[in-house]
Amino acid sequence: MQEWANQLCENRQFGSKMTDSKYFTTTKKGEIFELKAELNSDKKEKKKEAVKKVIASMTVGKDVSALFPDVVNCMQTDNLELKKLVYLYLMNYAKSQPDMAIMAVNTFVKDCEDPNPLIRALAVRTMGCIRVDKITEYLCEPLRKCLKDEDPYVRKTAAVCVAKLHDINAQLVEDQGFLDTLKDLISDSNPMVVANAVAALSEIAESHPNSNLLDLNPQSINKLLTALNECTEWGQIFILDCLANYTPRDDRESQSICERVTPRLSHANSAVVLSAVKVLMKFMEMLPKDLDYYGTLLKKLAPPLVTLLSAEPELQYVALRNINLIVQKRPEILKHEMKVFFVKYNDPIYVKLEKLDIMIRLASQANIAQVLAELKEYATEVDVDFVRKAVRAIGRCAIKVEQSAERCVSTLLDLIQTKVNYVVQEAIVVIKDIFRKYPNKYESVIATLCENLDSLDEPEARAAMIWIVGEYAERIDNADELLESFLEGFHDESTQVQLQLLTAIVKLFLKKPTETQELVQQVLSLATQDSDNPDLRDRGYIYWRLLSTDPVAAKEVVLAEKPLISEETDLIEPTLLEELICHIGTLASVYHKPPSAFVEGSRGVQHKRLPARAGSGESAESPDTVSTGGVSEAPPAVIPSQGDLLGDLLNLDLTPPTTTGPPPPTSSMQMGAMDLLGGGLDSLLGGDIGGSPAMGASFGAPPAVMPGSFNAPVSGGLSDLFDLGGGVGMPMGAYVPPKTVWLPAMKAKGLEISGTFARRSGVVQMEMTLTNKAMSVMGDFAIQFNRNSFGLAPAGPLQVLTPFTPNQSIEVTLPLNTVGPVMKMEPLNNLQVAVKNNIDVFYFSCQYPISMLFVEDGKMERQVFLATWKDIPNDNESQFQIKDCHLNSDAASNKLQGSNIFTIAKRTVDGQDMLYQSMKLTNGIWILAELKVQAGNPNYTISLKCRAPEVAQSVFQSYEAVLKN
Amino acid sequence: MIGGLFIYNHKGEVLISRVYRDDIGLKLDIQIGGVQSKAPGLRNAVDAFRVNVIHARQQVRSPVTNIARTSFFHVKRSNIWLAAVTKQNVNAAMVFEFLYKMCDVMTAYFGKISEENIKNNFVLIYELLDEILDFGYPQNSETGALKTFITQQGIKGQTKEEQSQITSQVTGQIGWRREGIKYRRNELFLDVLESVNLLMSPQGQVLSAHVSGRVVMKSYLSGMPECKFGMNDKIVIDKQGKGGASDDAGKSGKQSIAIDDCTFHQCVRLSKFDSERSISFIPPDGEYELMRYRTTKDIILPFRVIPLVREVGRTKLEVKVVIKSNFKPSLLAQKIEVRIPTPLNTSGVQVICMKGKAKYKASENAIVWKIKRMAGMKESQISAEIELLPTNDKKKWARPPISMNFEVPFAPSGLKVRYLKVFESKLNYSDHDVIKWVRYIGRSGIYETRC
Repeated sequence: MQEWANQLCENRQFGSKMTDSKYFTTTKKGEIFELKAELNSDKKEKKKEAVKKVIASMTVGKDVSALFPDVVNCMQTDNLELKKLVYLYLMNYAKSQPDMAIMAVNTFVKDCEDPNPLIRALAVRTMGCIRVDKITEYLCEPLRKCLKDEDPYVRKTAAVCVAKLHDINAQLVEDQGFLDTLKDLISDSNPMVVANAVAALSEIAESHPNSNLLDLNPQSINKLLTALNECTEWGQIFILDCLANYTPRDDRESQSICERVTPRLSHANSAVVLSAVKVLMKFMEMLPKDLDYYGTLLKKLAPPLVTLLSAEPELQYVALRNINLIVQKRPEILKHEMKVFFVKYNDPIYVKLEKLDIMIRLASQANIAQVLAELKEYATEVDVDFVRKAVRAIGRCAIKVEQSAERCVSTLLDLIQTKVNYVVQEAIVVIKDIFRKYPNKYESVIATLCENLDSLDEPEARAAMIWIVGEYAERIDNADELLESFLEGFHDESTQVQLQLLTAIVKLFLKKPTETQELVQQVLSLATQDSDNPDLRDRGYIYWRLLSTDPVAAKEVVLAEKPLISEETDLIEPTLLEELICHIGTLASVYHKPPSAFVEGSRGVQHKRLPARAGSGESAESPDTVSTGGVSEAPPAVIPSQGDLLGDLLNLDLTPPTTTGPPPPTSSMQMGAMDLLGGGLDSLLGGDIGGSPAMGASFGAPPAVMPGSFNAPVSGGLSDLFDLGGGVGMPMGAYVPPKTVWLPAMKAKGLEISGTFARRSGVVQMEMTLTNKAMSVMGDFAIQFNRNSFGLAPAGPLQVLTPFTPNQSIEVTLPLNTVGPVMKMEPLNNLQVAVKNNIDVFYFSCQYPISMLFVEDGKMERQVFLATWKDIPNDNESQFQIKDCHLNSDAASNKLQGSNIFTIAKRTVDGQDMLYQSMKLTNGIWILAELKVQAGNPNYTISLKCRAPEVAQSVFQSYEAVLKN
Repeated sequence: MIGGLFIYNHKGEVLISRVYRDDIGLKLDIQIGGVQSKAPGLRNAVDAFRVNVIHARQQVRSPVTNIARTSFFHVKRSNIWLAAVTKQNVNAAMVFEFLYKMCDVMTAYFGKISEENIKNNFVLIYELLDEILDFGYPQNSETGALKTFITQQGIKGQTKEEQSQITSQVTGQIGWRREGIKYRRNELFLDVLESVNLLMSPQGQVLSAHVSGRVVMKSYLSGMPECKFGMNDKIVIDKQGKGGASDDAGKSGKQSIAIDDCTFHQCVRLSKFDSERSISFIPPDGEYELMRYRTTKDIILPFRVIPLVREVGRTKLEVKVVIKSNFKPSLLAQKIEVRIPTPLNTSGVQVICMKGKAKYKASENAIVWKIKRMAGMKESQISAEIELLPTNDKKKWARPPISMNFEVPFAPSGLKVRYLKVFESKLNYSDHDVIKWVRYIGRSGIYETRC
């Protein structure tokens, strides 16, 4: 910076033209002093020059805050340009000199009354930018006036100023009633005022997710749609983005809004187009698919999206990232537009990569020939990332469109012949996938692949090649030599390659046992004895034991048929996709991440969802749909009080689009989320469970509510939710028995206690309902436990809100820990409790389900399970029958997992499902179980093995309770 | 919304910095050059962009960069970087549109966006930034309106009427035009500017072709004229054909073109276009872009390129390229340029061409063949022998496509302007009094033939 300033200084000396740049030249020492003198000069021109110099120094990053009083002195002027400069200075330094800033207040207030509307607006605009508490107080009156100013230019500026003020002091804005004035401005006669008011309200509403601030209803929507036709391009964006948050009442309203938004698709501003697309994509969800208009709308969407691709490259990039989402959500829109995504030689690399992504998604039998020809071209380009992606894309095409597989493979072979190192490696990686998808079809190419063995230096390619050799060991004559050559540098390989090599050699051994014994021993010893990597060692040991104990079983395990690989890759998980569709055009859609992933604080963390379709045929399409009936009606009342994770979850899943509509089509992922809610909800409601039995029952949860997807790789939205949860753990719908009366009022001088035990988010809780049936007020509550089998003890004092008046009922949740004194009880799960109040001390005993002591990390490794099962003497095994249970094995397994009973393996023998399960108690005792489920037979057999056989009876009871509830 | 806007020179020095929101850069703790920067937050944001984007060695991989939860949007104009910074989930398309608009406005005020111009006008730029972006929300940014009250001279002595006229124009429904414009001669110029894009396989198969066109209008009209623009849009012609079914309609039906999509300047009433497909508007004064459109069907490809590349051994290439013009013989194409890429290891080139001049440009790795003019339905040819240095580079030459530039005096899409009617009820001039000029120019966009 200094440099060019100096250079300019020279220019001045040479008498070049006198322009603003000269102000950048002041670099000498003592300049502040000089400036001070100039600022206090009598001559207006000199003053102005001086202020310009100050601003220039400020831009360059110099500290000119020392001039504050002098600059402020220049504020009172009728020269608008000078005024603006002084204001600019104030905005920068007011915060660092709040006391001095007060000096400026008078002028601001005066300017807000100026006859010139431009000055009034300038004053109110600038005042809002000065984030000094003391100034904001003075801002209120002028702002109130400006909001009702006769000039629309002042009003539109004042509207934005409310948002500014809200950012500084939200309470003040509410107290002063500015929000209502702002709402009134939505009906303003000037479209620009409307647009700015909408923008300001939307922003304020974001930080109050439940405030209903925008209060969108058909009337206000109508106003917005009218303003939409008249306001500036930017205003149209604000209004469309706001419209996207509205949920129409029915499909008719939805259609009429769509009709009025579609003309925006022809706007020259791409952001207007994308925001219109967002509104349409969202509202389309509500239109019945058989409606003519639905088809028309689909057709209307394609051309504008294509047109976006002729915009400037940066916008193309934003458009392509969005199209990527749209293509995943509604592939039909662009299915005929493949050609426009062909890469141009001069496209910037970020555009090229995105286009390629979309090409793969749009590839189908109809256009595959063209796509392949293109991809082949791309594979000869310069940019390494792009070439790799192109090669990978060829592989994806082969997997996606079966008819093209052969052509793809031959294209890949051509590419391998080019011998370009990274092309060859990438090709080999994708050929491995093709082999997985079409086994025993393209082995003829193996010979060519083997020729390139030496050139592979990337782990992924090496691993892929090794996999191929191992998989087709019987057809490769020198497979042993090939693999042996890798073995030499075994310890220098990456883990990926080591694991693959180990498996490949074992496969080879199983296929050609006679010649390869030495090799397999070598690799096993390398993996088990010389390696520090636990994964590798474990795998080595397993193979070793398998091979030494039961080679037949080994063959079955190692050479088992592999599951099919999916056709589509990198698909965005459906809930996240839905959320992102609601964010079309925004950064979230560019990053493909929910706003919560990159926005700090409360803003934007609110999750958005597509509305439910109004048509009825929809729910039949998704068989997984679960009725959310009982749950979805309760929560809205609860949300406002909870600003935490649970509130968010509720919001996410239950923002009910219509109060009466059919349940939204939920995918299995959403049900996962639903379940989070289940867990969350009852802790939210505290001990209210007893009071509403219907709700309690819904936590017992129908089988489908506990989907296996918890084990599946949960990506995107859901995992973010988990992240948000922090230490909360996995709030699953664990079984909670209904409350029972522990202490009747008769025995306790009018105090009645009923309660139950639950494990929520990894914490054992005692949930009680206390009822005062006495005639007097109770208080001074305390609780104590007797010594018990698992050391249960209260983790905090019993908190009962006082005064506890007669006929009142209170829900109390008492968190427990397991570090108290231990004594074996009979039965094992018996607990003796003492409760004290101002009247007396009362004793009662109750029994807790042992399942609440099952900890979250009770999932045993398979190998350990096998070893432990064998290790525990058979005498410790006990068998039980569970009668009349009509769940299938998967549902049972899911249900049990909710109570931390984890299924480790499943085996099917003669139509009988054997589930192997483990659980761990808080005191570290492991319990192993084998659950036999026979299709059509409602009676389960369960065998339990545990080193402490005493627990078996209680565990069995828990099984029964969980499965039957 | 936009939290701040910075303009950098190519070295990464800040020329302009305007912060709209405090949130940017406050918690930005980034390792800069291995040292934890202790500077105040704003500096951090400014530096983060410099270090991570401007000074980044490799190519820019994305126009949006996220550094420490702060998002940076940037566009580059010659050596100048414009960056918008935000911490929120802003409308990304809007931010880029705004940055482009910012460039347009600056260009309209002081010409080319260069370091010198920006420094010379920094006070003006701050004034503009204060006006067109409020708390990060873009406001009216039409140059026509801005120029009425943001001037480099400063505004003095406005009368009250003038002031309220300014504000009503800035906020009004017709923000792009001021009242009371008078011309002695009412005149308008319509330019139909098309760029024709082609990607052709070596065998002459059209892989993709489209025309992106613009209708640019220069209007010098008095008052607040209401205009109506008509072209040979297939949908409109078909509709009329159904109604009138005259011979004329049938004839023009043949010449109508299918427009895939079009976008309009904000002066055009979009709802009217949507319902009646008629284009009506009150035009801005002076030059502006009325509409953009795209067509893909029945495109007249003005030139056909036929390449023939033969590798003779490892050190020689023979290239022959024929171009054929494909339009009316009476028309003349101009500024024809054919660019034939050559391998990186080219040592020498010998060229023979029938027409124009051809030169091997080593710095551009291409043979550039220029022809000043060429009439329709003609053919011309160039042949070249390329000597190569032997290399042990395993990587094959990528064979970039042969590209072509030209200009032709017709619209390759086939678009014809049918009418542009002007109505101004308050003033005493009629449609007939307006002098209208229409011109068609077709240029090459990306016009490539693979070889």
